[in-house]
Amino acid sequence: METIKKLIRKQSLEKLYSTLSASRKVYAPVVAADKRVEYKYNPAYAEVTFEHIQSTLSVKNVVFPKVENLMYYTNNKVDSTITDIDLTKIPEVVLWGSHPCDNSAYDVLKSIFCWDIKDEFFAKRLEKLVVIGLACHQSDAYCFCTSVGLTPNSTKGSDILLSKTKSGDYIAEILTEKGNAIATASPDLFENANNEEAVITEVKQTFYHEQVTEKLKTAFEHPFWVANSLRCIGCGACAYVCPTCACFDIQDEAKGKEGRRYRSWDSCGFGLFTLHTSGHNPREVQSQRWRQRIMHKFSYMPDRNKSLGCVGCGRCSRGCPVDMNISEQLQALQNI
Amino acid sequence: MSNIAAKAKELLESKAVQVVIGYEAGPTGVVRPAFVTDPAKTDSLIYNENCLQNLAMYLTKHEVKHLGKMGIVATLPVMRSIMMLISEQQVVAENIVVLGISDDGKLLDIADMNVMKAHIEKSNLGNPTKDQEKLAELNKLSLEEKFKFWEQELSKCIKCYACRQSCPMCYCIRCSTDCNQPQWIPVQANTQGNIDWHILRAMHLAGRCISCGECGRACPLNIPCHLLTMQLSDQTYNYFKVHAGTSVDMKSVMSTFEPNDKESFII
Amino acid sequence: MADFEPKVVAFVCNWCTYAGADLTGTSRIKYATNVKIIRFPCTGRIDFMLLLKSFANGADGIIISGCHPNDCHYTSGNFHAKRRWIMFKELMDFMGIDMKRITFSWVSAAEGARWAEVVNSTVARVRELGPYVSYQKMVNTHIEEEVTNE
Repeated sequence: METIKKLIRKQSLEKLYSTLSASRKVYAPVVAADKRVEYKYNPAYAEVTFEHIQSTLSVKNVVFPKVENLMYYTNNKVDSTITDIDLTKIPEVVLWGSHPCDNSAYDVLKSIFCWDIKDEFFAKRLEKLVVIGLACHQSDAYCFCTSVGLTPNSTKGSDILLSKTKSGDYIAEILTEKGNAIATASPDLFENANNEEAVITEVKQTFYHEQVTEKLKTAFEHPFWVANSLRCIGCGACAYVCPTCACFDIQDEAKGKEGRRYRSWDSCGFGLFTLHTSGHNPREVQSQRWRQRIMHKFSYMPDRNKSLGCVGCGRCSRGCPVDMNISEQLQALQNI
Repeated sequence: MSNIAAKAKELLESKAVQVVIGYEAGPTGVVRPAFVTDPAKTDSLIYNENCLQNLAMYLTKHEVKHLGKMGIVATLPVMRSIMMLISEQQVVAENIVVLGISDDGKLLDIADMNVMKAHIEKSNLGNPTKDQEKLAELNKLSLEEKFKFWEQELSKCIKCYACRQSCPMCYCIRCSTDCNQPQWIPVQANTQGNIDWHILRAMHLAGRCISCGECGRACPLNIPCHLLTMQLSDQTYNYFKVHAGTSVDMKSVMSTFEPNDKESFII
Repeated sequence: MADFEPKVVAFVCNWCTYAGADLTGTSRIKYATNVKIIRFPCTGRIDFMLLLKSFANGADGIIISGCHPNDCHYTSGNFHAKRRWIMFKELMDFMGIDMKRITFSWVSAAEGARWAEVVNSTVARVRELGPYVSYQKMVNTHIEEEVTNE
């Protein structure tokens, strides 16, 4: 549909929030006791923050939870019964105030989960999701969305995108039918926009992702990988905070005759990730795992999924215990 | 040129070491580990009060070890980790040159492990004051309050294992949590599994933790998991009068015993 | 709570306490039937993770018992176990897991009556404490909240 531009007054925003949370689950950012920003289901409006640069964890868990049950089973020696998950129980969720980088990650995840066979769990959750995004009016040194083809006010993935104006009101760009349904349900909250101007932060472009992708085609054996991953300690923090990392592990957990099969997040940074039963490990050392991470996002995905596996949110660099700064590394890669 | 940079340059030039592990400032100003192999590039090495990461974990990392003899910038916790790693036969003393740093940030002359031992022995070996206070505060709580505190904190855990990976003493090639027969720790990150994991980690570090607090610093969700191991460091001293990482021939507290070990709860 | 029957798991060593429990039976001493005995070669073999697994699987109380100090079949297994228990107890106290639910004891092969007493007193104590709701609740909530968003 064609984008409709409206204006929401500061005071109307609270009404919109309470209208939405009355009928659905709203997942919104709040400031935790230790000053980190985290998303919570249905927090009180007073708690919700509009001033966050980035939450520690991404919001991919609304479509790809850290643990997801796939089926339940009972085993009676002779026969087993399998109970499927009732996907109709997946509730409608409104994602509130997530930034354009996070919102554009859903397309990336879709290119993985719906590449050939449609992942029903993911697809259903995405179908039930409405995204009310918030354009960034502030950023920090870790942000690099402009280097991966996005901007602080990209509309990709949002159903409605809010942008703060100087006066503290919000411009609402209504982008999809889902967004329009929300807007038309509360017509008195959406006023006509005149020529209010949004405050948008500036994010400096630090590298050209096309060039990085091109470089990676011949960089597999380059000494760059060892030299630049010496300090990597091999934890999974980068993958777990990443909005586009989609690797998972499938486990059966049984208690007596009953059990369930679930999938949970996994990370290519772990040595165990590629360990074969034979004992052989094709990615034996950390430099190979670090190379895999970069290669996957910037070479294999553009090649196979026609999408870039990075949205420039910078969480991996903020969360890294040893400052493996990804935009710095990609800049260096571009110039090798 | 700082003392550390000069010393590193000297070591690299004389080929006494092939790599110096120290600290540098990253592009955003955050201090991070640096690996200098070229004597012309030692200028990037810095030391200030933000240099807190325990670098000793790199002494057992494959790619770093592979570079050859290692020089390492070492504050007290790093020195204690080195002692611990030598006593557990994970590193060889001859392969390491220690660029010791005193509590007030001065370069120390650590000629060999005996000098290091003497330095460690005259230092304060308890937990850092800040953590000591938090421990005291937690120890005053009731059982229910303590459980609530840890349940709440550990429910945040995402099992990224940054706590394990950042710890110099967690060098096992195969961790208990990676074993699936039996599956001691659930793969998923749920509260009970998280609590199990942190108990397992603390128990495996009992008597070995040198109170650097690196696990807590590494946690992306700010879970104070270092308090668990620090509490056990305190208790190791209370019961057995041993501080970890004080001698190269120390016997591990948990794999030795005294027939007259005192306790009051076994009936 | 009146009809609450505590589930108690006992981890015992083969050489002393298990033989002691055998003696309790052959001596026809009656004791609480709430206990389920699991035999190990030695207390030194009892991993603390087993205790956590027991609680996670619905135990309300635990008994761990082996040879008296200096009587270990393998000379020093129980001394090692003792150090481990000391650390484990301190950690549990720090994390707020109720140590009143766990009995550590030394019971020899000759102490049939003492075994009955250890079991009875543990069962009585756990009965008073009630089911270990706070731990079991945590186990059973799984991650349902995340999964169904409810």
